[in-house]
Amino acid sequence: MTVELNPRFTFDSFVAGPSNRLAVAAARTVAESPGAAYDPLFIYSASGLGKTHLLMAIGHLAKVVSPNVAVEYLTLEEFVDAFHAAVAAGQSAAFRNRFQGVDIVLLDDVQFLANRLETQAELLRFVSSFLEGGQQIVLSSDRPPSEIEQLDERLISRFAGGLVVDIAPPEFETRLAILKRKAEERGVDFEQAVLAAIADFDARNVRELLGLLNRLIAFQAVNEGALTADGARTLLGLDNHEERLAPEVAGAEADDSMARAGEFDQFLSTVGSALAQQMEEWRRRLHEAAAFWEGQGYRTARIKDLLEQDAPVGADTVVREFERDVDRLKALEAEMSTLDAGRAGDAAFHDPDRMADAEALVQQARDGLGAPAGPSAAWAFDDFVQSPCNELALTAARAVAEAPGTRYNPLVIAGPTGVGKTHLMHGIGHALSTGTDSLVACHSAQDFLDELVEAIERDRLDAWRSRYRRATALLLDDVHLLGGKERSQEELFHLFNALIEHDRQVVFTVNGPPRELDGINERLISRMEGGLVADLSPPDRALRAALVQRELQQRLGAVDSDLAAYLADRQADSLRTVIGIVQRVVESAETQGATPSVAFARELMEGPAVRRRRSSGVRTSGIIVSPSGGVRSREKMIWRWPDATDRIIEELS
Amino acid sequence: MSLVNFTTREITCKIVYYGPGRSGKTTNLQYVYGRVPDDRRGRMVSLATHTDRTLFFDFLPIDLGTISGFKTRFQLYTVPGQVYYNATRKLVLQGADGVVFVGDSQARQLDENIASLQNLQANLLEQGIDVRTVPLVLQYNKQDLPRDLILTMEELDEQLNFRDAPSVPAAAVSGEGVFETLKAISAGVLRKLSEEPPR
Repeated sequence: MTVELNPRFTFDSFVAGPSNRLAVAAARTVAESPGAAYDPLFIYSASGLGKTHLLMAIGHLAKVVSPNVAVEYLTLEEFVDAFHAAVAAGQSAAFRNRFQGVDIVLLDDVQFLANRLETQAELLRFVSSFLEGGQQIVLSSDRPPSEIEQLDERLISRFAGGLVVDIAPPEFETRLAILKRKAEERGVDFEQAVLAAIADFDARNVRELLGLLNRLIAFQAVNEGALTADGARTLLGLDNHEERLAPEVAGAEADDSMARAGEFDQFLSTVGSALAQQMEEWRRRLHEAAAFWEGQGYRTARIKDLLEQDAPVGADTVVREFERDVDRLKALEAEMSTLDAGRAGDAAFHDPDRMADAEALVQQARDGLGAPAGPSAAWAFDDFVQSPCNELALTAARAVAEAPGTRYNPLVIAGPTGVGKTHLMHGIGHALSTGTDSLVACHSAQDFLDELVEAIERDRLDAWRSRYRRATALLLDDVHLLGGKERSQEELFHLFNALIEHDRQVVFTVNGPPRELDGINERLISRMEGGLVADLSPPDRALRAALVQRELQQRLGAVDSDLAAYLADRQADSLRTVIGIVQRVVESAETQGATPSVAFARELMEGPAVRRRRSSGVRTSGIIVSPSGGVRSREKMIWRWPDATDRIIEELS
Repeated sequence: MSLVNFTTREITCKIVYYGPGRSGKTTNLQYVYGRVPDDRRGRMVSLATHTDRTLFFDFLPIDLGTISGFKTRFQLYTVPGQVYYNATRKLVLQGADGVVFVGDSQARQLDENIASLQNLQANLLEQGIDVRTVPLVLQYNKQDLPRDLILTMEELDEQLNFRDAPSVPAAAVSGEGVFETLKAISAGVLRKLSEEPPR
C-alpha cells in the first residue's frame, strides 16, 4: 500500500520563500532528527502549494541523513483502505504491527478524516502508539486540524501537541523562482521577462502556475521565434494584468539567503512552533472543556460561542470561570434537592448562563420552607427525673444522645399518657441538636399529619418531603395518632427508611406497645420493633418523691419533709397528676393563708377528719368513697397488675 | 500590551533589550539583523552618538511571515544604557511584551548590572507592571572574555537572577547565545498568549 517516494520531490527541488519558509524549516528539522523536534508535524495549505512535495522531501532527506531509516508515505485513503482490508481479513492486529518498524510515516490528505469517526478512532490509536514509540508522523491537509469537520478532539490535541504549520500561496518572488527552476528542469530557456510575466499572474497555487508554464513550453516547442513577455501575456490571456517590473530577486538568490539564514530559520521554526501551539492550544482547551462538561450534562453554549470566533481567547480564564459557575450550580442543585427534590432537576441547574435563574429557584424554595420544628425549650434533658420506673428508657435515651443513629435506631418510647414520653423525646432532641450541622425535626405526629395535608393541598409534597429528608434526626411524638391515617403512615414509612438508611436517628413515642397500637400499619410496627421499645411506666414512689421534692422546692423554697412524704405516698398514674397534687396543695394553702403541711394536705385531699364510727354490723367492702371522689383506702387497691395472666378475676354478683 | 490584533490578523511582539551601558544590547540586534534574510527584516534604525553609543534606541523589525493565519512580526528594541537616559528607557519600555536583560559578565561591572536591573524594575513598576509577570530572559554577555575578568554563570545567576528567569551565556560579538536568547524570550512571550486573554 505504500507509495514510492517521487524522486523529483526533494528539498533541493522545493523553492523556499517567505510564504513557506517555516514549513520548510520544520520539515527539514523533522527529516534530520525524526521523532525529536516536532512530532507530529502537521502541514496544511490550500491545494497545489507543495504539501506532498514537502512530505516526500522529508522522506528523501531522512534517508540521506540516515540510510537505514524506514519511511512510509501513504495517503489517508490508502491508510483507510488497508485498514478495512485488514479488518475484513481478520488481520487488524497485523495491520497495526506492520507500522512498528517504521521510523517516519508521511500521511497525506488527512482532511478526508472529516466526519469519519471510525477512521478517526483508528488513526488516534495509530498516532498515539506512534508518538509513544518516539516514531515520527508527518501529516498534511488542506485545512488546519480544528477546521476538519467533526474531527475527534483527541486527534486535534495530538496534532496541536506537535507543530501545526501552514504554507501560504507564493508571492511574486517565489513564483518567479519556481518558474525559473521548472523551466531549467524542462530544459527550456525563457527570457526573465517572460517568466516574470507569468509570475506576475497572481496564481492561486503552484500547479496553476506550472500549467501556465506548460502552455508556454508547448507553444515554444512548435514556434521557432523566442517568446516575448507581451507574447506570453497574450498567449496566456493575461493582458489585463498591469505590467510590473520584474524585481532582481531570482531563485538562486533566494537559495543563497536560505543558506545564509540557517540560524534565523531555526529561530523561525522555534517561534512558529510555539506560536502555532499557542494558537491551537486555546481551541483545544475549549474543545476539551466543552466536551467534558457536556458529558457531565451541562450546557456549554458559552464556550461554543467562543469557539465560533477566529480570535484566540484566554482559554484558561474562560474555563476557570465556567468551572466556578458549574461548582456554584452544583451547590445550588444540591441545596435544591434537599429543599425540594422535585425541582432539583430544573434545566437552570445545568446551564451556567442561567445562574440567576438557578439562584432564584433556590431562594424561592428557601423562602417557602423553614426547617421542621425542633425540640421545645420547655423540656430539658436534665430536668428529667430518673427512677427505677424509667431507668431503661432514660439509659436508652442517653445512649441515643451519645451515639445517634447507631445504637438504638429507632428508639420507641412507649407508655401511657403523662409518664414523660414527650419530655424525654424533646430532651433527646436537645442533645441531638448540639452539632453545627444538626437539623432535628422534633414535634408531634399530629403536626406531621397537618403539614402533610397542607402540602398535599398546596401541591408541595416534594418540598415537604425534602425538608424532612434533610433532617439529621426525626423525633415524632404520639405516633399512635397516625392510626388509620394510611397516607401519613405511608409517608412516614418512606421517610423512616430514608433516614435509617443514612444512619439518622429516629425516635417515636407511642401510648402502648407497638403491636397493640390501633390502626398502625404492620410495616411501621415491625420497623419500630426492630429498634428498641423502651417502656415508661407510671411514676413509682421514688419518682413521685423526687418530683414532689422538686416541685415543693420550686414553689415554696423550703421542703416540709413530712408533707413531701405524704404527697409522694399518694398514688398517681402520671407525672402530671403528681405535679397537679403539689400545685393544688400549695395554691390552696396560699389562698387560705395557711401553711402547707401534712394536716392541711390531708384535709384537702381526704376531706375533714371523720370520726371513726363503730361498725353497725353492716358489712361493707371496706372501701370508703370519699366525698371528693377519691378512693380512701388505698391499701385495698392493687394499682399495678404485673401482667394480665397474673390477675385473678372474680366475678361479683 | 498589544500582542495580537485580530482585525488585521497580526501578531506583534515587542521585545526590549535592557541593560547597563556597553553591555552589548546593540551588538545583539546587529547580529540578529545580519542573520535575518533581507526579505524578512525592516531597516534597523539606530540613533547613536559619534562614539557609537546608543543615544536613543535601536529598532529592528522582523517579519516572520504567516503563522496559523496570523501575520507575525517581532520588534526588537534596545534602550540606552547610560544612567542619564532614563526618560528614553521608560518610553521604549512602554508596551513591551518581553524584556531581555543583557548583563555584562565582567566582575567589575556587577554593580552596574544590579543598578540597571533595579532601574528596570522601577520603570516597569511605574507603568503598573509587576516585573514578575513580564517575560524576562537574562543574557550574560561577554563570556568570551578571559576567565579571571568575568563571573561564571552560577555567580551571575546568584547575584542577578533571583526570579529564576531563563539565563543564557553569550558572546554577542561572535553571535554566540544571541539567537538562543531570542528564542528563549520569544517562547516566554508567546506562552503568555494562551495564559491571558489578548485584548
